[in-house]
Amino acid sequence: MDAVKKELTRKSKASRQDQRGKLISLACVTLIMLVVLSILYMITSKGLATFFENKMSIVDFFTKQVWNPSAKPQALVGALPMIVGSFSVTVLSALLAAPFAIATAIFMVDIAGKRGRKILQPVIELLVGIPSVVYGFIGLTVVVPFTRTVFGGTGFGILSGTFVLFVMVLPTVTSMYVDSLKAVPQFYREASLALGATRWQTIYKVIIRASIPGLLTAIIFGMARAFGEALAVQMVIGNASILPSDLVSPASTLTSVLTTGIGNTVLGTLPNNALWSLALVLLLMSLVFNLLTRFIGKKGAF
Amino acid sequence: MAKDIITAENVHLYYGQKEALHGISLGFPEKEITALIGPSGSGKSTFIRTLNRMSDLNPEVTVTGAIRLDGEDIYSPKTDTVELRKRVGMVFQQPNPFPFSVYDNVTYGLRLSGIKDKALLDQRVEESLKQAAVWDETKDHLKENALSFSGGQQQRICIARVLAVQPEIILLDEPTSALDPVSSAKVEDSLLAIKDQFTIAVVTHNMQQASRISDQTAFFLDGNLVEFSKTVDMFTHPEKQETSDYLNGKFG
Repeated sequence: MDAVKKELTRKSKASRQDQRGKLISLACVTLIMLVVLSILYMITSKGLATFFENKMSIVDFFTKQVWNPSAKPQALVGALPMIVGSFSVTVLSALLAAPFAIATAIFMVDIAGKRGRKILQPVIELLVGIPSVVYGFIGLTVVVPFTRTVFGGTGFGILSGTFVLFVMVLPTVTSMYVDSLKAVPQFYREASLALGATRWQTIYKVIIRASIPGLLTAIIFGMARAFGEALAVQMVIGNASILPSDLVSPASTLTSVLTTGIGNTVLGTLPNNALWSLALVLLLMSLVFNLLTRFIGKKGAF
Repeated sequence: MAKDIITAENVHLYYGQKEALHGISLGFPEKEITALIGPSGSGKSTFIRTLNRMSDLNPEVTVTGAIRLDGEDIYSPKTDTVELRKRVGMVFQQPNPFPFSVYDNVTYGLRLSGIKDKALLDQRVEESLKQAAVWDETKDHLKENALSFSGGQQQRICIARVLAVQPEIILLDEPTSALDPVSSAKVEDSLLAIKDQFTIAVVTHNMQQASRISDQTAFFLDGNLVEFSKTVDMFTHPEKQETSDYLNGKFG
């Protein structure tokens, strides 16, 4: 009797496994949190060093147009051209991609039927999976000459960057919007059709309207991707840290300056710290995009 | 009995190969309430969805036979389903207002027809919500999202949305089965209040509801129309044994 009782009150193998599993998960989460926190700390401290250690003006950083952190005797860290470049390519490519993404997503969910979706889904997913260097390479060989011939200039510039990013963010925005369209309940469609609406009226008066929060989230995700894209943009934008006066002259973005400059600076010096400041701006912007999507996600259901 | 406004003649319906309705012939008298009762899976909802061709939405469905609205077969190739559905409105089991304001919900059908006159829209909104007996609860909240109302209120807003386009016939597919008894009673009241202006067909699980509100009752079983007669007659002395058994709760 006592032997059975002892056996029953002892911790079972399963419950010990349970505890061990919990411990392993906790360890993994802690490790990841440590990594994230140390990355945040590193970028922030290095990024702020430009202003606190090297005594550069934070106002100049956001308003001045000349980027030459290694200039003697007075270094110049005006990041405005890069900030403008980054925002231009991001906003323009999102604006360009949005209508295509909306149309594609609606076609996939509400028009093409099951078979059409089966074909289109992998195509969209494939576009997401192509490495950005390949996009950049195609951009360099196709888009840049195209822009040069059609719009003039050297071909390098914000316009080419926009075109390349357009193709890159389109699948992201589309597949996210497809998910949100699928989440619009079928009974809205039925209710609308039963009131004598045509399919097109149902789509634009009910479905799109009901899914606007989802659409905005999708577009902001696309913008976040465009904002952070480095390689493909760097290959086609021309990399001149000049405040862009038009869309077809060479410009630069935060990311392109980072990728081109990072190998040519020494850790701890101003030119290096200045690059960290750019990284900090990128980090803060992705935080903003993230918060925006959360904010919108809370407001709407789909 | 008033003249039939919409009549089904030998309607068969197939889901793929499977026959779900085995030749239904049934007429709906004008400006009266016809209840369709029967156990789950008896084909009553399936049948009602053929009357405004909502069954077309399922590509596997084929319908044979004829359904005549004012003498015209609605399954003829000439029929414009958009026009048909404006004449034959539908309220669904689950309250399904659009996630817009009450006002936008009720005016939806009118705007589809291109009506933009604000005064006319306002007037129709008030009339429809009053007819659906939900005006008092909504009149100060017309700009509020319809989803913020209770289930019963949402369902009456949906009824108002259908009434706004002034259909000739209103089909209701178990309109109260998702509602509590108090809300159901309110929906029933609004149906009784509008029955002198519209022809109403209502599918219901609830036999008491059928006996309370309907003039005629059709009893469906396994895709067949077993019995169709005046509600009073059916509930007091049903002709068929199955009807009697169902009404007495022996199955279903």
